[in-house]
Amino acid sequence: MEEILFYIFAAGGIVSALLVVTRRNPIISAIYLIVNFFCLAGIYLTLHAQFIAVIQILVYAGAIMVLFVFVIMLLNLGDERRLRDGFTWKKVIAGGSGFGVLMELIYIFMMQTGSPSIEMERATSIGTVEAVGHMLFTRFLFPFEVTSLLLTAAIVGAIVLAKKKLD
Amino acid sequence: MVPLHSYLILSAIMFIVGALGVVTRRNAIIVFLSLELMLNSVNLTLVAFSAFFGDATGQALVFFVMTVAAAEAAVGLAIVIALFRRKQTVNLDEINIMKW
Repeated sequence: MEEILFYIFAAGGIVSALLVVTRRNPIISAIYLIVNFFCLAGIYLTLHAQFIAVIQILVYAGAIMVLFVFVIMLLNLGDERRLRDGFTWKKVIAGGSGFGVLMELIYIFMMQTGSPSIEMERATSIGTVEAVGHMLFTRFLFPFEVTSLLLTAAIVGAIVLAKKKLD
Repeated sequence: MVPLHSYLILSAIMFIVGALGVVTRRNAIIVFLSLELMLNSVNLTLVAFSAFFGDATGQALVFFVMTVAAAEAAVGLAIVIALFRRKQTVNLDEINIMKW
């Protein structure tokens, strides 16, 4: 059951990732990226990481992608014919080197014989909100507080950059 | 039982697809979307190792990666809006004022 779900979500994730980088219209790319995030959330569930799966949908598909779609619609970017770039040597070189790196990575991963196996109870207990929250508020308390500073800086920076004229 | 390397290979494929999007596309918004794809594939690696080795540290790290991604998206999209206001385009080949 778990394996079937993994392969369904993995196939969905790869196909939607390919569609994100090949579509010409940015809004269609954004929607395929949301599909990709949902597939990833499913994969997190097969890994028993419930908290991360929920956050993936709430924060990524909910908040960040709404921002993207909002900006795309604000700029009114349709199919831009001028952005159309057909066959170029740049793409061939990029594709070839990307394929080479991918084959190297797969070779390295397959070389490791004997995968560690998930202990079900342990994996289910570390993926809960309680376990991750405990980690965040004890061992990672300082980085957690620094995160609030980062978000404040990002908000102020976004307002300053996007404002028409600063008084 | 899905082995660990299946998760790692899936993550590698998504990372390479995202990297190819970053280097080949000229639309600034699609470059940003590809960056998000790359960040997510790294998150998948972290969660896979976290689950297989029974350590919650990886999942705490994913939380921080998501925060940084949110901040990056907000500031990056503000830069795209500011550029569009000046140049009326999001084509990265036409935005070359920093080019020497």
